[in-house]
Amino acid sequence: MSRRLRTGGRLIDRSKPIEFTFDGRILRGYIGDTLASALLADGQIVMGRSFKYHRPRSVVGSGPEEPNALMQIGEGAHFEPNQRATMQPLYDGLVAHSQNAWPSLAFDVGRINDFGSRFLPAGFYYKTFIHPRAFWKHVFEPVIRRAAGLGAAPTEADGDRYEHQYAFCDTLIVGGGIAGLTAALGSAKTGERVILVEQGATWGGRAVVDGATIDGKTAADWVKNAIEELEKKDNVTMINRCEGSGVYDHGYVLCTENLTGHLAAKTGPRERLWRIRVGRVITATGAIERPLSFAGNDVPGVMLASALRDYVVNHGVSMGERTVVVTNNDDAYRTAKVLIEAGLRVPAIIDTRQAVDSTMVKEIKALGVSVHTGRAIAKVHGNAKVTAVSICLQSGDGTVLQEIRCDAVAMSGGWSPVVHLWSHCGGKLWWDEERAMFRPDPDQPPRGADGKGFVITAGMASGALTTAEVLDDAAEAAGIDAPPCESSPEAPILPVWMMPEGADHALRSKMWLDYQNDVKVSDVRLAAQEGFESVEHAKRYTTLGMATDQGKLSNINGLAILAERLDATIPQVGTTTFRPPYTPTTIGTLAGEARGAIFQPLRRTPIHDWNEAHGAFWEPVGQWRRAYCFPQGSETHAEAVSREVKNTRQSLGMLDASTLGKLIVRGPDAGRLMDMLYTNMMSTLKPGRCRYGLMCDENGFLIDDGVVARIDDQTWLCHTTTGGADRIHGWIEDWLQCEWWDWKVHVVNVTEQFAQIAVVGPNARKVLEKLGGMDVSAEALPFMAWTDGRLGDFAVRVFRISFSGELSYEIAVPASQGLALWTALMEAGAEFGATPYGTEALHIMRAEKGFIMIGDETDGTVIPQDLGLDWAISKKKDDYLGKRGQARSEFQKPDRWKLVGLETLDGSALEDGAYAVGEGVNDNGQAIVQGRVTSTYMSPTLDRGIAMGLVERGPDRMGEVIRFTRIGQSPVEARIVDPVFFDREGEKSNV
Amino acid sequence: MSDISITVRPPVGMITLRGDMTALGKATKKVAACALPPMRMSTASDTGRLMWMSPDELMLVCDHSDADRLVADMTQVLGTAFTTVINVSDARQIFDIKGIDTENLLSKLMPVNFDTFAETEVRRTRMAQIPAAIWREGDRWRVMCFRSVALYAEDVLRNAMPVGA
Amino acid sequence: MLLLTCPNCGLSVEETELAPGGQAHLKRFGPESTDEQFEEYMFLRDNAKGVHFERWRHAYGCGKWFFAARDTSSLQVYGTYCAQTTEPPADILALIAKGRSA
Ligand SMILES: [Zn+2]
Repeated sequence: MSRRLRTGGRLIDRSKPIEFTFDGRILRGYIGDTLASALLADGQIVMGRSFKYHRPRSVVGSGPEEPNALMQIGEGAHFEPNQRATMQPLYDGLVAHSQNAWPSLAFDVGRINDFGSRFLPAGFYYKTFIHPRAFWKHVFEPVIRRAAGLGAAPTEADGDRYEHQYAFCDTLIVGGGIAGLTAALGSAKTGERVILVEQGATWGGRAVVDGATIDGKTAADWVKNAIEELEKKDNVTMINRCEGSGVYDHGYVLCTENLTGHLAAKTGPRERLWRIRVGRVITATGAIERPLSFAGNDVPGVMLASALRDYVVNHGVSMGERTVVVTNNDDAYRTAKVLIEAGLRVPAIIDTRQAVDSTMVKEIKALGVSVHTGRAIAKVHGNAKVTAVSICLQSGDGTVLQEIRCDAVAMSGGWSPVVHLWSHCGGKLWWDEERAMFRPDPDQPPRGADGKGFVITAGMASGALTTAEVLDDAAEAAGIDAPPCESSPEAPILPVWMMPEGADHALRSKMWLDYQNDVKVSDVRLAAQEGFESVEHAKRYTTLGMATDQGKLSNINGLAILAERLDATIPQVGTTTFRPPYTPTTIGTLAGEARGAIFQPLRRTPIHDWNEAHGAFWEPVGQWRRAYCFPQGSETHAEAVSREVKNTRQSLGMLDASTLGKLIVRGPDAGRLMDMLYTNMMSTLKPGRCRYGLMCDENGFLIDDGVVARIDDQTWLCHTTTGGADRIHGWIEDWLQCEWWDWKVHVVNVTEQFAQIAVVGPNARKVLEKLGGMDVSAEALPFMAWTDGRLGDFAVRVFRISFSGELSYEIAVPASQGLALWTALMEAGAEFGATPYGTEALHIMRAEKGFIMIGDETDGTVIPQDLGLDWAISKKKDDYLGKRGQARSEFQKPDRWKLVGLETLDGSALEDGAYAVGEGVNDNGQAIVQGRVTSTYMSPTLDRGIAMGLVERGPDRMGEVIRFTRIGQSPVEARIVDPVFFDREGEKSNV
Repeated sequence: MSDISITVRPPVGMITLRGDMTALGKATKKVAACALPPMRMSTASDTGRLMWMSPDELMLVCDHSDADRLVADMTQVLGTAFTTVINVSDARQIFDIKGIDTENLLSKLMPVNFDTFAETEVRRTRMAQIPAAIWREGDRWRVMCFRSVALYAEDVLRNAMPVGA
Repeated sequence: MLLLTCPNCGLSVEETELAPGGQAHLKRFGPESTDEQFEEYMFLRDNAKGVHFERWRHAYGCGKWFFAARDTSSLQVYGTYCAQTTEPPADILALIAKGRSA
């Protein structure tokens, strides 16, 4: 039974007991506990179930490497699954639930997988569920999904806030242990900008737990002094509860700071993503202890030796009363010492090494602990808790020599430097045979923009082991002298990858490598046997290291097993790729502020609020919001659109056209540029006149269209489509800056400077005349002309252009006057029943007139000639953008799909995007396709369906009836007609 | 309560000037008493603040009611030189950020190193998902963005305010 | 995330403030060109593993285009230069030859 010790626990405050709940039970702990330490203190040893076999599991580590003790924390909108209990600080009122167990943690039906585990070896799913195909979807997958899975997905939207923070520094130090603190003290001395981050709540790392002596002080005192000194420095920023998550190209580092995870009263953002651009990174990220592979190494009560002593020293919590220590190195002896000092029993230390006589070992032997050298654990007894271990020779086949009663096992297979941050951006590793670890190779660091290395490792992250080595290494990284420290020499590690050496299959299939994904020694051997020899293949076949802990404990052991099975060395097999983030990061943290109303920018016109107040139904057009229609009362959208069209055609409609792009093109060479940008001749346009123009890319494809106005001798105003202003502005700047940089032209994007209002319909002129101030007669301001002047109180520019086929004025006014002008026009137009109309009415009216729409009739494969727009393409010009592209043979083919109008025989509207089907089938047995619908509407004006489409040789087939697909119905017949459905002579607009 | 205030500035005049910088500088000196600022910097006078926007672009921030007159005057001074002067006063919105540690608030939204930010610098950058420009005006920061996204800009600025705001 | 210095305004800015523009120093072939020339201009790119001359626009800043000489494999940046040129400047080429950044 695990329990709280009567004394000890340097991090907990026994005067501050707090309550929390676990699976609905109310438990008590202290401020300073982690959820894991508090559960152990309460005797709650089983903390989770494994992924595949649902085996009961207890906590095995004490830090971010924890694979087993994953919890669901919080409730409702603050619920989060898969949280490591070892990293979750306890707070008053914390609500935690176990996961991956059904119906309960103590009795889990899924455990049946375990008893049948020989049926679920590596690659089992791949092999078994391939046939019959239909079974996968309807039988296997639903069953597997119910049984597997980690925590539940949250059912509510995340109720927390998150934020980003950009920062810049000369040196970023990741890790606040003695190595990180030493590096920070050194870096701070130079006056450079230093940021020091530590993933935990406290500083000092392992040295404080292990009781080292530095500079004549206890590690705890030395750390306290170092913190005080650093806090005094203006050039140092220290952030705890902040993980170094990833190192990226050119010195970019992401750190994740947890702001409220330890607080009962949570206000403000939950997490902060630090986006730091650094000169260099010093990673003082320490090392992680490796488990040993023996049968039953996952039984609750088996724990990493370092974690076991962490719980005793930090939280005053013991895993058991009688702890057997099993090790291949000296470090685990520290655990024995800590346990004995806490009054607990260590019935045996099982050391795989033959003879060890280091100071540490002698010291422990002197305490009367029996040390069994050359021995191994043959098997752990117990189911939901360790009851005993069987001992055997490490060099043998597992024949049991002795059984020792115990309720906990502390294991140590050596240490692996945390090289993740070093490796994220390409830092290389070398295998240190003597220390049995992959270490960063300082000659092959990740390189920055200048080609020089920008990551340095310090302390255990470099592969240093003793306190003295750690301090020396960190001091060197920071360019200072190390504080004096002496460490007695330790006996070398004996690499042990399987225990015992000659274990048979039965034992191997109970040796866990990856606890979370239930990958065993036998699985990795099977993968190798079946030909998955590359470490990346073996990983994916077995899922070794693919769980949420990303193999922090399992990877080295796993690839050593693979190497042994392949008769290769460990460096030959190599590691899998280390990818950021170091531990899982909440999506909300990555999204930062971009949620809800500020998920993305919304662009609003100066008349936006009026539209909103008058019932606009919004349509997104790029980032703009445009009114689709203005339903009144109980009107449907279709009814509203129909009313808007009819009212505009019969009397008066008004459109907020402010979103149209407006680019000023000005300078001595502006005409030359205009002739290159547009397919038609723009340089000959007279001041005061407007002309419709087309822009193509160099492929010849139509990319934008709009009306161009010649302002004066050197100035043109180009209107672009709503979505096109920024894109086309950038496109023009590209040509001016990178191709024709000697041309004297300025382009200024004035889209945002002006509101633009279209006044449309037979009564449009009367409205403008009512406001007064300028002559808007057909003589003074004919069709396709523009003029500057005053309308009422407003200084305006009026364009006599029409996208609807009606008499129409588009009036531009500085944005700050937009709403006032709109209101004045609405009031003046009231007697004519002035009706605001939206984008759908706009679309219908343009379609009735056969006007194309970029994005409907074009899709990036259509040239203007396909759309019958040859009249807008100059034959006289030597060159324009797209001319060469349009000359390609493909575009000359007579069977190209070309624009036509389409009228169904029954008057219905064709379906959007419907295909015209021909006779017969192609080589693949599919219906022959000879065209498609590009725009289709029910025309309120004509009271029938109208459509435009691209049809093979369409213009040559006028009057022909072809068939168009309908979803779920038989095809419908439509006649090929002229695309202009309404007022073919243009009499209505030219009055 | 937060120690930071974010206020929307009433309309101000903004004039875009394009062309040869020396020629533009002479005109601004004469008409607005603002000398040509060095790269990325700004100069100020009673008339307004003249900001370096790009190698061939300046922006003069002035009183809204002065903008048309200043455009006319500068256009006249520049004469036939290849330059462009346009009143764009309504194209953008300016915010005033005042209080303690305002750099910290801004650094939540823009990848700007405030340690190396010069006194008269004008930094064009990205604020969350939109283009923006920032500069110091006395004891406060000015943030400028396009008019159509002004509400978004205000929302992200307020969202970045410290807890308790 | 890349960090590039815009030669037009002198700022060292991160990738999110820039817009990419593909390979630099393409020669435009217009209406009089052959199919082969036009194909080269429109579609054929070096796709080098090694030094690549590429276009970037300081989209969230001064709005100007510039070019960068960058190793596509090591990501080392040898230098950036103004876009108003048809070939990489000699000083950038010298740096590349020496393997040194500007
Ligand atoms: Zn720039």
